Amino acid sequence: MDLIPTYGPMLLRGFGMTVLCWVLGTVFGMALGLLIALVQRYGGAVLRWPLQVYIEVIRGTPFLVQLFLLYYGGPMIGIRLDALPAGILGLTIYGSPYFAEIFRGAFRAVPPGQIEAARAIGMAEHVIVRRVLLPVGLVSALPALVNFAIILTKETVILSIITVPELMYQTQRMSTETFRYLEANLALALFFWGLVEVISRVGRRLEARITRHLVERT
Amino acid sequence: MFSIPVFFDSFAPLAWAARYTLLVSGLGIALGLVIGAVVCILALSRSRPLRFIAALWVSYLRGVPMLVQLLVVFFLLPVIGINVPAIVAAVGTTAIVASAYISEIWRGAINALPRGQAEAAVAIGMRPAHVWRRVILPQAVALSLPQLVNELILLVKASSLVSVVGIMEITRASQAQAATTFRPLEVYLAAACLYLAINLVLAALGRWLEYRMAV
Repeated sequence: MDLIPTYGPMLLRGFGMTVLCWVLGTVFGMALGLLIALVQRYGGAVLRWPLQVYIEVIRGTPFLVQLFLLYYGGPMIGIRLDALPAGILGLTIYGSPYFAEIFRGAFRAVPPGQIEAARAIGMAEHVIVRRVLLPVGLVSALPALVNFAIILTKETVILSIITVPELMYQTQRMSTETFRYLEANLALALFFWGLVEVISRVGRRLEARITRHLVERT
Repeated sequence: MFSIPVFFDSFAPLAWAARYTLLVSGLGIALGLVIGAVVCILALSRSRPLRFIAALWVSYLRGVPMLVQLLVVFFLLPVIGINVPAIVAAVGTTAIVASAYISEIWRGAINALPRGQAEAAVAIGMRPAHVWRRVILPQAVALSLPQLVNELILLVKASSLVSVVGIMEITRASQAQAATTFRPLEVYLAAACLYLAINLVLAALGRWLEYRMAV
């Protein structure tokens, strides 16, 4: 407790950094995932195959190794990034295939009749995507999207290993300066536990809101 | 820039280090299955306090990043007077984290079975223990197998985190290798290939199990 005046501001900055990385990583990852899912759906076999390989490779390798490749291996082929952009880019890349799979599943869950109906009344294909596929798909994708966004909050701590000054990094700094490892890590655990609870509650509220017009299933 | 010989030379030491990756994830899931079964029993019990304990266990372990938990365990054990090698802390944490996910997988599988089956078994005079052993468990285990393989794949990837407490598994070995050769790109790429190979094999196993178990 006596550490709060000294280290409070540092931890708050770390918290801000964690949230920043998480928000940007999630938003960009979701956008990239959506793009991949749409290209896989409409892009034809030539594009579908490389993307499938991309999905398998990213999902089959640990996030930490991907980060090392990007941050330490990147400069060898001319990709020179600071820790923070590398971290956010890493989160984006890591999250994109999972988001892509969620969107792909959700698109497949859209009843084909609705798309055929849209086509029958003369909607252009891009209008169908915007007016039918996305809104209907989003409803079924939301729980999985929230779930994966929560998983990403926990992945942000791994960014500390490539020295992104997020909460974990600052906590480690505090504990090496004060030798209070246990307290620092316990505090961190409680913090993430709380954060995840809050986000899952917000997610449930969001779900309730987005499905409010649907008939309740019993 | 990219040196193919370096890339291929990295494989031997990393593959040797992979035994720790397999040990941590393999033992992690094996112990996780046992602890997960206990947690699942608590979660399904009629007693409210026991259910609460199970819910707390699952919520904490799924809500806190594994890296943080690893460090909590790593620094907590010496404080309470237990000095164990890092590998024990690493495997223990992995198993405990896995138990939370596994208990949920099993709870889901048991809940997915039609209630009528257990009722029918009771109706033809089976005792509760018999119902569990002959009707519920065989089906629930079969249902959960593909998801357990999935969990194992997640653990193989999560085991990269135990590099932080000094276990010489693939990731730690590749860090060492990258530091001595100054070729991080080739070395980490080789590490990624190894993980990918392990996980593709596991994924194939999962698909095969799913195919075998499909009724």
